[in-house]
Amino acid sequence: MTNVIKAPASSAAGRAAAKKELPEHFRAYKHVWVFVEQERGEVHPVSWELMGAGRRLADKLKVDLAAVVIGPEGEAARNAALQSFSYGANLVYLVADQVLADYRNEAYTKALTDLVNSYKPEILLLGATTLGRDLAGSVATTLLTGLTADCTELDVDSDGSLAATRPTFGGSLLCTIYTLNYRPQMATVRPRVMPMPECIARDPGRIILHSLDLIEADIVSKVLSFVPDRDSSISSLAYADVVVAGGLGLGSVENFELVRQLAAVLGAEHGCSRPLVQKGWVTSDRQIGQTGKTIRPKLYIAAGISGAIQHRVGVEGADLIIAINTDKNAPIFDFAHIGVVTDAVRLLPALAAAFQARLSPRLRDRVVSHDFRGAPQRRRGP
Amino acid sequence: MHNVVCIKQVPDSAQIRVHPVTNTIMRQGVPTIINPYDLFALEAALELRDKFGGEITVVTMGPPSAEDSLRKALTFGAERAVLLTDRCFAGADTLATTYALATAIRKIGKDYGQPDLIFTGKQTIDGDTAQVGPGIAKRLQVMQLTYVVKIGALDLTARTIEAERRSEGGVQVLRTRLPCLITMLEATNQIRRGAMADALRAARAPIVKWSAQDAGVEDISKCGLKGSPTVVKRVFAPSARADKATLVEPSEEPAQALIDTIFKHQPKLEADLAALAGNV
Ligand SMILES: Cc1cc2nc3c(=O)[nH]c(=O)nc-3n(C[C@H](O)[C@H](O)[C@H](O)COP(=O)(O)OP(=O)(O)OC[C@H]3O[C@@H](n4cnc5c(N)ncnc54)[C@H](O)[C@@H]3O)c2cc1C
Ligand SMILES: Nc1ncnc2c1ncn2[C@@H]1O[C@H](COP(=O)(O)O)[C@@H](O)[C@H]1O
Repeated sequence: MTNVIKAPASSAAGRAAAKKELPEHFRAYKHVWVFVEQERGEVHPVSWELMGAGRRLADKLKVDLAAVVIGPEGEAARNAALQSFSYGANLVYLVADQVLADYRNEAYTKALTDLVNSYKPEILLLGATTLGRDLAGSVATTLLTGLTADCTELDVDSDGSLAATRPTFGGSLLCTIYTLNYRPQMATVRPRVMPMPECIARDPGRIILHSLDLIEADIVSKVLSFVPDRDSSISSLAYADVVVAGGLGLGSVENFELVRQLAAVLGAEHGCSRPLVQKGWVTSDRQIGQTGKTIRPKLYIAAGISGAIQHRVGVEGADLIIAINTDKNAPIFDFAHIGVVTDAVRLLPALAAAFQARLSPRLRDRVVSHDFRGAPQRRRGP
Repeated sequence: MHNVVCIKQVPDSAQIRVHPVTNTIMRQGVPTIINPYDLFALEAALELRDKFGGEITVVTMGPPSAEDSLRKALTFGAERAVLLTDRCFAGADTLATTYALATAIRKIGKDYGQPDLIFTGKQTIDGDTAQVGPGIAKRLQVMQLTYVVKIGALDLTARTIEAERRSEGGVQVLRTRLPCLITMLEATNQIRRGAMADALRAARAPIVKWSAQDAGVEDISKCGLKGSPTVVKRVFAPSARADKATLVEPSEEPAQALIDTIFKHQPKLEADLAALAGNV
């Protein structure tokens, strides 16, 4: 009675035998859709990542890729629609209405389910963000179709079904899930799991306007206010080019400062493994892994992290993974590209100094300024 | 007020091991716990009850052994526990789970008073989808507030609730109508140590046990494996990377050696890093 799957050994076999017998009324469902998530006028980058994945699915199926833009009327919605073409969409469905100014489940669920019922996509992808998960659950239940959450791989198999792969059992295993006989086949993917596709200027294609048919008085929930996060770097961890992270091997909260210091020298973000959050050394927004952030930096330095599977799934997309660990048998060396078997507490300061010398010779004699109690401030600009 | 809290008994996944050869879960001896995320939901409900009075019904859908997690919930101070258990529920995905739970919650409302709030955790650690909450709300046609960090003004007369919910880039403050389903975000509270009296009561308290029929399920084909649109076709272990890490040889200056190796591996990175570091 688990959600999604039961013990894999038994029921997976039972279900693998399930047959595809798509009912007649679902045969008209065609094309791949990506929900383009906007919040407060900005498109969440996960939408473009999904557009890349959606493009691959659409090409394999030889169908169109459509972007679904839902939001208030105005520049932002128009830009999101136009950008969608640059990221690979063939057409855009646009629902623009003032009542969609803030995300509210009722209005967005109606907009998206109406679109699906009118234009019938076979695949619908959303980002597994707070907004995307809130919306996807409601839409899938309204449509009474299958939804596979937090996928790490999307593919189309020989009979044209969406094969959605996701971690299960705390990440120890992966499973591939199908929605054989219902449409659309829905899936969510977390930010940074899929690579960002290229943005190529293209002529805009067709934009199909759809009206919402809902007035403010119909909507029960009212937004009273929105309090933006003060520390914007929290959200940028997922999108940082360079990340330095520490784990339990650092031994103490004081030693975690060494991670922050190296990050400061590199202009990087810092992160950590889960036990450091549980110990209260680091805030939960900094956790990397299955239950934290997924990252895809050009360079990831992991100091004193064993490389448990739940951590691994969050960092595998990094171009270059450096592991510093005293135990040469630590699992992190199975997926890191470069390893150093040594005490991270001693190597980190030396690394900071050496990087500084190498990267900004001009600054060689200047001491990096740190606030030893908090994160070093990153200064931008001239 | 009457609040319903949905909890799930899950294997303590910190202790799950995968058999290295057969790729199956070695469940023997793995203890079960209440899904940790559900305790934030339960505590939120308990705090409201302490403030506004009323009662809490905990409900779970699971095998008969899930009774343990219900008793545990009673030790924290919930008044009533409902176990939804039936062979036909086995193998349910999220859509089938929400059908069963929504049906049971309707019956709970009829028998014990309509709920004002229905709570779920943010997600489970085994299913891990975060969909069951929104699914129940949709099936019951009630409002939903997901990722709630703080419950604000609650007006039982005007039937309104205000809450702060996490969203991308900030916190959204909303007012909506009761009844309402809330999924609580983790770390928003800490489950209390139950009172001795509750522990004693929990050991002996009757657990309400419902089969599908008892709960009022009308269409058995919407339950369990049959009612699940998703199908698990394949379960497999993540593949290992073919090549292990290149180890930097021990030397006088390991930091220097590491940096040299990094830039040898990816020459382009040096310019990227210099640009980033220039901003420090
Ligand atoms: C459902 C679930 C979800 C989870 N989600 C996450 C998640 O999102 N992210 C996450 O990170 N974890 C997650 N975990 C926890 C994960 O399983 C591991 O327990 C955790 O990642 C281990 O953290 P660690 O590597 O810092 O600590 P440890 O496993 O204790 O490893 C410490 C490492 O440091 C090394 N070391 C010791 N001293 C030194 C030194 N002086 N210098 C260098 N190295 C040293 C040791 O050799 C060891 O390899 C999850 C677990 C579960 C069950
Ligand atoms: N079988 C179940 N019985 C009761 N509640 C459940 C069950 N499955 C899921 N839930 C609730 O739904 C939440 C989200 O679960 P999930 O969608 O599996 O991540 C959990 O935190 C529980 O509160």
